[in-house]
Parts: sequence; structure tokens; C-alpha cells
Amino acid sequence: MRVEMRVDGEPAAAEIDRPGESLLATLRDRLGLYGTKNACEQGECGSCTVLLDGDPVCACLVATAQCEGREVKTVIGAVPRPVRDAFIACGAVQCGFCTPGLLVSVADLLTREADPSDLQIREALAGNLCRCTGYEKIIDAVHAAAETMAGAVPDQAPARAHLRHDQWIRLAGTPRTAGDSREDAP
Amino acid sequence: MSQTTAPFHTPADLAEALRLLAAHPEAVPVAGGTDLMVAVNYRLTRPAAMLDLTRLAELREWTDEGDAIRIGSGVPYARITAELATVLPGLAAAARTVGSPQIRNRGTLGGNLATASPAGDGHPPLLATGADIEIASARGTRTVPVEAFFTGPKRSVLQPGELITAVTVPKAAGPQQFLKVGTRNAMVIAVCSLAVALDLDARRLGTGIGSAGPTPLTAPDANLIELPWGRTGLFNDALAEEFGRRVAAAARPIDDVRGTAAYRRHALAVCAARALRRVWTAAHGGSGR
Repeated sequence: MRVEMRVDGEPAAAEIDRPGESLLATLRDRLGLYGTKNACEQGECGSCTVLLDGDPVCACLVATAQCEGREVKTVIGAVPRPVRDAFIACGAVQCGFCTPGLLVSVADLLTREADPSDLQIREALAGNLCRCTGYEKIIDAVHAAAETMAGAVPDQAPARAHLRHDQWIRLAGTPRTAGDSREDAP
Repeated sequence: MSQTTAPFHTPADLAEALRLLAAHPEAVPVAGGTDLMVAVNYRLTRPAAMLDLTRLAELREWTDEGDAIRIGSGVPYARITAELATVLPGLAAAARTVGSPQIRNRGTLGGNLATASPAGDGHPPLLATGADIEIASARGTRTVPVEAFFTGPKRSVLQPGELITAVTVPKAAGPQQFLKVGTRNAMVIAVCSLAVALDLDARRLGTGIGSAGPTPLTAPDANLIELPWGRTGLFNDALAEEFGRRVAAAARPIDDVRGTAAYRRHALAVCAARALRRVWTAAHGGSGR
């Protein structure tokens, strides 16, 4: 059975052979989009979070056949540059397995809430498990991304009390042009 | 889409869905997939065919019926929380505790009922308010009071060929509470849960108990506790604790991986006393704790 949808802004089609195939399986195994991670396959961990018609969902719990004609955005198409940069600058990435799902959830949060409180961040990210960071640096990164996206120039804005000086330096120094950000990655 | 190799039915409206379900009884209905897809992913079930409910506009709207809200079975929890918190505060509070944002964007009240888990978060507020479940099939439509819906663990009166189409919930006529005990705030299956609804017009109390019996339960004896409606200042802790004891007595919990029966009874007594103090205080003032 052929399913046609849009993935990260491009038309995509997949031939599936059982009705229960998940969007996660289709993205990874048929479309080669490995940015969406497979961890628990029961909606507990959020590693496979994608936007389905704009809403964050666990790709493992969506049947691919339900996506006919729908718009899917993965970590590739859903995440504004400042969100990714802030995760790198703030040390919010350790092993990295949860990162794509978190980035998608954060991108969604910041479209709904330009300057979220810690509580709003914690509630929005409650479905994304990270076993490395202890979440504090992730919360720092969301604040930093929000500030960057609001147009504040980091090296002119007053440093946030919860960010160390060197984190702001690195955030300010993160290149803005595409393709040359690797030198700043930790 | 062709349906030669992997039958996945995608009806465009309810009538077509009911026809397809009658013609293909093996097709498993799926909306948010938050229960079914877990079972599929873990090879606990391998549906020969599935029937998508997410395109049925009739199921994805709620309407104001005057003294009640009729919620389409396919309205996701996120919308119940965002749109119905004022008129259905108990249900909206319960919806907010379901899973995570990702789960609440997909999971539906209809799916919660169809799964009929004793731990389903949506059930206690429906029991506390006396909601009605609307069930349709190719043969017609029937309405079942929520107290009569559950027949056992993960069993209900739902028959093959039937779909839950809507839940009609009376609008709150007073303060409501939903309390849930679990190991963290998110992604938790309740150890036990409790909904309380105070109806100031009818001077009536409603309760719903979750995850402490073979089905979600009400506590009829607790509902009949004599409250000082005429002299509201006479409400006291002893009354709240007696209510807690009656709720705990109505529960029929077991020991399982999430908690012991004894703990569940204890937690329910505490939750019930707290919930009653809160609703009474919200309605009549005083020091709620």
C-alpha cells in the first residue's frame, strides 16, 4: 500500500506492507531519515518526536497510513537554527540520543510561547526523556534560544544569571551562516 | 491508496466508517494510537486490517448542548484541556495529567473508553459527573451511562462493529477536583486517582475512583455523606475524613507493580478528604488545605 505525505517540506511516498507500520519505522527504514530516533516504541521517551500537521507527536504511535496527505516535520525541517545552536552552546547535548526529539518539542514550544517560564518549559518537555544532562542545561538552552529568536544580541544583552559567562561567549560566537557551525561544537 | 496488501481503511465520514466496520469486523479502529500502536510495536497484536478514525470530522468536534457538553470521541486531550477547562474543570484537569504533550495531542477520550483500562485518567471525572457514552454501529445508536459502560479490566459493553462516537458530560454546577497519585508528574499510569464533583444546584456529591478496582468505580455511599448545606461553616475535618474512609471502602484495589492494595486505599482516603475540603472551600470559602 502506497502512502504519500510531505516530509520536511518535500513530497515523500512509502510502500508499506502492513497496516500497523509506524511513522517512525517508515521515516527510518523506508525513507532513510535517521534523525528521528527509535528508543522505546511506546510513547514514553519522546526520542521520535516529530510535528504532524504542526503538533508534536511520537512517530512510533502514528500509523504511517494515517499520514496520507499529511505534513510531517522531523528534526531536519522543524527546528530553527537558534534552537540547535543554543543546545550546542549551552551543553544541552551529551550522548545526543534524545536531542532530535527535544529539539522538535522546543521548536514547537517557542512557536506557541516566545518567552517560556521554567515551568512552561518543564511541562512542554515532560514527554522527552534525557538520561545524561539532568535537564538543567536543556532548560538553559531553551531560554537562550528564546532570547536569540526574540532578536536580542547575546553580547549586548545582560547575561542571564543562570548562564555562565563562557556559555554566552560561545553562544555569541556561534556562526550564523549555514554549514560552518562544526568548529563551535563542543 | 490501494488496499490489496495491507488493508487500512480510511473512511471520510462516520456513516462510511460504520459501513466499513460492519463489512470488515476484523478491522481495528485507530485514532491516536497511543494504546493500539504500543501493542502493535511490541508484537502483542498484529491487526490484519485497521480503520482510521482521525478523518471523521463528526468525532473531532465538541458542542455546547445547554446543560451539557457533547465531546466527540476523537477530540484529543490537548483540546479538552485547552478548550473545556471552564465548563468541565474535572475532566480538563484529568486530561492535563494524561501522558505527555505528545500523547495529549493524539490520545482521545474515545480511545480511553474503548481500552477501558481501570487506570484510564478520563474515567473518574466522567463517573463523578454522570456522563453518557454514545455508541454507534450500522444498526443504529445507543447511549450508555458511564456507570454501566465498564464490565471488567479492559472490558466494556462495546460490541464488535460498534464505535464510541461521543461522550456527553454535564456542565459543572460547582467546584470539581481530580487527584492522581503517581511517581512523577508526566508519563505516569495512575497508582490511584480520584475525581470529585460538587453540584451546588442539586446539593449532590459525585465521585469517580481510578486504578483501584477491576473497573473505574463510583463510591455511592461516600456520595451520600451528609454535608452541611444549610450552614456551610459547619464543614470540618472530621467530615472530610469520613468521606475519605467511605471512598477507600468503595475501592476494590489489588497489589500490583504500581502499588499495594493497602497503599491505594490509604492514598484514596487522603485524596478524597483533600478533594472534598478543596471543593467545599472553593464553593463556600474557609481554609482549604
